[in-house]
Amino acid sequence: MKPQEYQKLVQENSAPRPLLKNVLWAFFVGGLICTIGQVVLNIATKTENTKAEASAVTLAVMILIGTILTAFGVYDELAEKGGAGAAVPITGFANTMTSAAMEFRREGILLGMGAKMFVIAGPVIVFGILSGFIVTLIKVLILKLL
Amino acid sequence: MEYIIAFLVGGAICAIGQLIIDTTKCSNAHLLVGLVCLGAVLSGLGVYEPFQEFAGAGALVPVMGFGSSITKGMLSELERLGWEGLFTGAFEITGLGLAAGIVFSSIWALLRKPHK
Amino acid sequence: MSNRLGSQTLSFSQGPRLLSSYTIVGPMEGKGPHALDFDEILPDDVLHQKTPEKTERVMLEMAIEKTLQRNDTKIEDIHFLIAGDLLNQITSSAFAASTYTAPFLGIYGACSTFAQAIGLAAILLQGDFAGNVLIGTASHYQTAERQFRYPIELNVQHIGTNHHTVTGAGVALLGFADQGPKVTYATFGKVVDMGLKDAQDMGSAMAPAAFSTIKQHLKDTGRGLEDYDMVLTGDLGKQGRKMLRLLFSKEGFSGLERLQDGGSQIYGDGQKTGAGGSGAACIAVMGLGYGLNMLKSGKAQRILIVATGALLSALTVLQGESIPCVAHAVALEA
Repeated sequence: MKPQEYQKLVQENSAPRPLLKNVLWAFFVGGLICTIGQVVLNIATKTENTKAEASAVTLAVMILIGTILTAFGVYDELAEKGGAGAAVPITGFANTMTSAAMEFRREGILLGMGAKMFVIAGPVIVFGILSGFIVTLIKVLILKLL
Repeated sequence: MEYIIAFLVGGAICAIGQLIIDTTKCSNAHLLVGLVCLGAVLSGLGVYEPFQEFAGAGALVPVMGFGSSITKGMLSELERLGWEGLFTGAFEITGLGLAAGIVFSSIWALLRKPHK
Repeated sequence: MSNRLGSQTLSFSQGPRLLSSYTIVGPMEGKGPHALDFDEILPDDVLHQKTPEKTERVMLEMAIEKTLQRNDTKIEDIHFLIAGDLLNQITSSAFAASTYTAPFLGIYGACSTFAQAIGLAAILLQGDFAGNVLIGTASHYQTAERQFRYPIELNVQHIGTNHHTVTGAGVALLGFADQGPKVTYATFGKVVDMGLKDAQDMGSAMAPAAFSTIKQHLKDTGRGLEDYDMVLTGDLGKQGRKMLRLLFSKEGFSGLERLQDGGSQIYGDGQKTGAGGSGAACIAVMGLGYGLNMLKSGKAQRILIVATGALLSALTVLQGESIPCVAHAVALEA
C-alpha cells in the first residue's frame, strides 16, 4: 500500500471529535470563568480609582485563582472537559506558567523553574507585544501623517 | 445583567476557540497567540474598548484582553513619554498580572508537585 | 545461515526459554481489567523518589531483583543485561544497569524495545555466546509526558487517539532449562513510514509497521494467523488496532479474531485514557503478564508478541517530520 493510499484510509477511518459536546463545554466553562471575573471586576471597580487599575487588579486576581487551581491539580481536569473554555481565559495563561514551573522545578530553581516557566506562555507574550508594537506604530504614523 | 453578558460573551469566545481547535490543525498555542494578536489589533483600531465597555469581564478575561491591554498601555505611555512609550507601554497594564503570575507560580512550584 | 528462515525471520533450534519474569505496574494500570495478570501493583507512582525519572529506574531495578530471585539466579551468572526505555539516551536503563555487574547492552526501539530485547537475547543464547540473558524495559507516565508532550498540570484536552504512557516495568530472564515458554522465532521489522505526521495519533502511524512485520513473519514461517492462539500487538491503541485489522482484511487474511492489542486492553473503558496505553512497559507487562499467563494456564499453546514503536522525538515533531515506525515479533510456545 502506498503512503498516500494509507493516509487516505486513515482519514476515512478516524472518528470525528465530539464537536457539539466540546463546544458546549467550552462555552459553559469559559462563560463561568468570565462570570467569576465579572464578580471580581465589580468589586475592584469600587475599590480602585481608575478603570485601568480595576482591570489590572481583576486580571491579577484571576491569575491567582488560575495558579491555585493548577497547584492543586484541578485545572488540568477542568481543561479535560472545558478545552478552549479553560485555555482561553487568563486563568489558562496562569496555568501554563504554574504548570511549567512545577514540572521543571526538579531540574533546579534557576535552570529548571526559572528558565522554563515561560516555555508555553512565552509565545503569547512575544507575539502579543510584537503585534501591539506594530499596531501602535502604524497608528502613530498614520495620525502623524494626517 | 452584566453577569449574563460576561457569561455569554466570554463563553462565546471560548466556544469559537474550541471550534477552531477541533476543526483545523491549530493547537492551543496557535489559538492563544492568534487571540492575543487579534486583541492587540482590535485595540489599535479602537474597537476593543467599546466592546469591553459592553462585555466587561467577558472581554477582559479571555486572553484577547491581554493583547488589548498591551496596545492600550503602549498608546497611553506614548502620549505620556513620547517614543519610549512604545517599549515601556507593553507592561504598563499587563505588568501587574505578569508579575503576579511569576510570583504565584514560583511559590506553588516550591510548595507543590505535579500529580496525576 | 541455517538459522534464517525466509527473508527476515530467525529460528532458534537450541530452544532458549523464558526462565522467569516479573511485571510491575502503577496504580492506574492496577485498576485496569488485567490487574490480576501483573505480579505487583504499586500503591503510588512515586515510590518515595524525588523525580519520576528515579521512580522509573527503581521500578526496573525492583523487577530485575525479583526476576533473579524467582529463578534463584545470581547477578554474577548473568552474561548480558539488555534493557531500554523511552527517555533521552535511555538513562533509566543505564542508571539501573550501573547498580549491577552484568555487561550492559542498552537498546532503543521506543515501545518496540521489549521484543527487540527478547530477539537479541535469543540470538545470544542460540549462538552460544551466553547462558543467561536478562532483558527489561520500563516507562513512566510522567517522564514520557514531560519529555514528549507537556507539563502534567497543563490545560490540555486529550482526544480519542491520544495514548496514555504505561507506568511500569517488565523484566525476563532467558536461558536454557527443562521448562518455561520457548522462544521459537523472532522477526525483526523494517522501519515503515507512511508519511503520517500527527503525533496525537501514533496508533495509525504504527499499524502499517505491525502489519509489515506480522505479514513477513507468516510468510517466512509458512503460518497463518490461525496458527497462533493469540497475536498480541504492543500499543496500537483503539485507533491503531482498527487500522491493523483493516490492513489485514484488505489483503484477504483470515483469523483476525486472533489479533489482540496490549495498549487497547490494559485500561478499562472508564479510565479516560483515549486510545489506550503505550510506552516501553506496555507490551512488557502485557506480554510477560497476560501473554505468559495464557501460556501457563494452557489457554494458549503458541503466541506471537509484536511490539510496535513510533520512532519520533519531540524535536522531529516540531520540525514537521513524519513518524517512522518499527515492529518486532517474537513467537513463544508453551
